[in-house]
Amino acid sequence: MKMKETNEGALIARILGGEKELFHELIRPYERMLYLTLFSMVKNEADAEDGAQEAVINAYRHLGSFRGEAKFSTWLTMIAINEGRKRLRKAKNAGEQSIDEEAEEHEGDFTPAPLTDWREIPLERLERKEIREALRNAVAELPGIYRQVFTLRDLEELNVEETAQALGISANVVKVRLHRARILLQKRLVPFLKTTAPARRGFFGRAL
Amino acid sequence: MKLECKHVWDHISEYIDKSVDGKLREEIERHLEHCEICSAILDSTRNILVLTADERTFELPVGYSKRLHERLTKELESSEKDS
Repeated sequence: MKMKETNEGALIARILGGEKELFHELIRPYERMLYLTLFSMVKNEADAEDGAQEAVINAYRHLGSFRGEAKFSTWLTMIAINEGRKRLRKAKNAGEQSIDEEAEEHEGDFTPAPLTDWREIPLERLERKEIREALRNAVAELPGIYRQVFTLRDLEELNVEETAQALGISANVVKVRLHRARILLQKRLVPFLKTTAPARRGFFGRAL
Repeated sequence: MKLECKHVWDHISEYIDKSVDGKLREEIERHLEHCEICSAILDSTRNILVLTADERTFELPVGYSKRLHERLTKELESSEKDS
């Protein structure tokens, strides 16, 4: 990690010093993260890709203002989030879709769904395409504020502090939203995670 | 103190993230040892996170990276002219 940051710092200095083409290398590790961040907000592939490109161009143009108070990855995430917000506002003004990002904490039932006949799902079940598809759909249907935190934490694997910084919210709010997102997904996915085979009595796999 | 299921559910996300403190963590673990319902909920939630982290679940559009770098190349060339 330290190594990576040092290399990045050196790379940034060289880019600012005129070796512009190195910017390609600088952003390569973050391409996936940029797309997923945008997608979690605009929920449309073409728009997310376009937004990711804009975010990269913006990052390049403003690289001189990166001071290293945040990690480069967090700084880049913030640029991507700003780009996403811009697009959501535009869509809202055009009356295309309601903006759910700013909706405040939702009332709702955040109780996980109990599973009967549960035992550890065999790995090959998790390999099934239907489960992936169901998960993608369930994530897409999460309220925006939950989907965003879930994407940053569980998909892009930012830590709580980085997520809080990128979204401009407190660490506590990150935890609450993440908890709710995970519970809502658990509830939605339970039908796919149940085993169809008869449960063996007394066996409850608990993989760590 | 005996922990109720509801309490375990309230902390399930933090428990997965290993951010519950020692005493509560012990209580949750003790509860999980005998509570099949909570164990199943924990397992299923963990499985969702495993699936989420799997790169095949959320894929990038085909050709995304190539197009991204082409766009960047154009930007670098035009900034070259400006400077």
